[in-house]
Amino acid sequence: MSTVTGFLTDSTLCIGCKACEVACKEWNDLGADGLNWSGFSYDNTGALGHSTWRHVKFVEHPPELGHGGNSPELASWTFSSDVCKHCENAGCLEACPTGSIVRTEFGTVYVQPDICNGCSYCVVACPFGVIQRNKEDGRAFKCTFCYDRQRAGRTPACAHACPTESIKFGPLDELRAEAGRRIEDLHSKGMHDATLYDPVDTSVGGIHAFFITRGDPRQYNLPPQPEIPTIYAKQGWKSAALGAGMLAVGTFLAFLGGGKR
Amino acid sequence: MKDSAVSHRMESDPDFDFSRRERRLEAIRSQAFQTGHVDDVGIRPNGSPIPIASPEAGYYEIPMLKEPQWSWEIPVYFFVGGAAGAAAVVAQFAQMTGAKSEIVSDARTIAALGSILTPALLVSDLGVPSRFLNMLRVFKLQSPMSVGVYIVSAFGPATILAKAANYLQKNRSDGILKVFETTSGLFSALFGLGMATYTGVLIGSTAIPVWNENIDSLPIHFALSGLGAGVSALQLMGHEDSRSLNVLGIASSLGETMEGVKLESTFKPANEPLKQGASGVITRLGGVLSGPLPLTLRVAAAFADKKRSRQLVRAASVATIAGSFFTRLGWIRAGHVSAKDYRLPLQIESERHPELAIGSVQTGSAPVQFPESATR
Repeated sequence: MSTVTGFLTDSTLCIGCKACEVACKEWNDLGADGLNWSGFSYDNTGALGHSTWRHVKFVEHPPELGHGGNSPELASWTFSSDVCKHCENAGCLEACPTGSIVRTEFGTVYVQPDICNGCSYCVVACPFGVIQRNKEDGRAFKCTFCYDRQRAGRTPACAHACPTESIKFGPLDELRAEAGRRIEDLHSKGMHDATLYDPVDTSVGGIHAFFITRGDPRQYNLPPQPEIPTIYAKQGWKSAALGAGMLAVGTFLAFLGGGKR
Repeated sequence: MKDSAVSHRMESDPDFDFSRRERRLEAIRSQAFQTGHVDDVGIRPNGSPIPIASPEAGYYEIPMLKEPQWSWEIPVYFFVGGAAGAAAVVAQFAQMTGAKSEIVSDARTIAALGSILTPALLVSDLGVPSRFLNMLRVFKLQSPMSVGVYIVSAFGPATILAKAANYLQKNRSDGILKVFETTSGLFSALFGLGMATYTGVLIGSTAIPVWNENIDSLPIHFALSGLGAGVSALQLMGHEDSRSLNVLGIASSLGETMEGVKLESTFKPANEPLKQGASGVITRLGGVLSGPLPLTLRVAAAFADKKRSRQLVRAASVATIAGSFFTRLGWIRAGHVSAKDYRLPLQIESERHPELAIGSVQTGSAPVQFPESATR
């Protein structure tokens, strides 16, 4: 029995070197994203996508003492390496009509590329905007949590490459405990805005790749209350039943009253 | 030199954005001119040169959600599927209540054509035809896409069989064929009801705010739209005088009018793409063409003489069919706009969870004031 594994990405340790992004692309043989200049920060990648499974966010603030260690004239920086959250209840997995997206023995969410048929329903079902369809290939791709490396008993490429141990990999419960200790440690050092992003109280039910960030998670594009969209399906089917009933009864009555005409 | 270039641009281009960042730079420039130095801490006007990530702007206003990646086939599929599904229902009830056989036959034709076209559109969207079969290896009740695929797959054979049985009875009546038509027609109508409504559930149970927030009304809205299109297509085949079809036409256009009034009177940020921009124009065009316009024409037709009445019904039918198509197209376009709106996932969360409203989240530390010496 394999243990359930997770990522703890600690943005207070991240130096923004993007080694994780590069290691991920190297190992998984992902294509380039193009030489685009975003024009709004030093981050020219922008977001996760079908060929970007790790993405280092450069979160810039107005200067604030003790935040990023910069000189007071410059904006404070925090970096955070974003990745698929591998939700406890995953929107993409629920929505997938082919059964291509599965839960692995490591508790991670994995897209089987030979079964994915490119319906792209998972793309609109992910509350974090992670998974994306590759238009040339036609299928959807996202972080595999290095399923192949984990099967071989290795650390995922990004965590392996991280020079500051900002990306920690290990058994999920151990990481959760470590995250708690780290938060306490940071608070004791005066970083009172350090928080653990792990939405356990939502329908997502917690994530397997959680983040220690500073300040409001929304500035990292992390939704404060993510919900898996399929929980609304029941409501939708009720309404569909009502619509179908109206359609059937209405048509029946119209023809009953209309007679031969 | 620079000043003249800027002022020239200001004069020649009235839209040039002299908003916050330009005013900010002007203030800093005049401060430097007057005092010989700048007291402010850094230059950080909004958007340039250093933008700010914040709870209000998210991550540099980059959309949190991914845009839908369906191709043009999907709105067409929604339209055809809705009309065909409704036509199957009409055919079955028409047959069961002993309506004119031409109505039954033509309704079955519309349903059958639609049932062939719909899987073709889906396959075309997937790119590789065999990939469609991957969806038939599992059945997942929790996935509206999976349920929908089975509805489509079952609707096709049932509808085609019903039409075939109907066709074979054209010149002779046959008891066995009639039973066969009724049975397969019953399944066709049953799955037709699914065809007309499930697409609302499909887009409603996604993370796209404009779809998700309207999940309660979308299936009914789409059912009425499909009914309108199905009935209208049938009437254009020469059934302008059918009282039953006219009643259904009025009912669907009345329903769509009510739906439009409801949407127009609901003000929430998620609904903006239904009212603004290109997607708003398309959605509203669809609404007018399938709601108030055909309603007026159809009511007028009820009071007109026979020849004029037929013309009015035909006009109403054409409008309804176009309206149904634009409605689906508009909703899909609105989903794209909604996904690209960075504010929505930040705002909607706060709407459903007022305790998380922007500004009420404690970041844990009060803003630090720089000592006077640190700013020099």
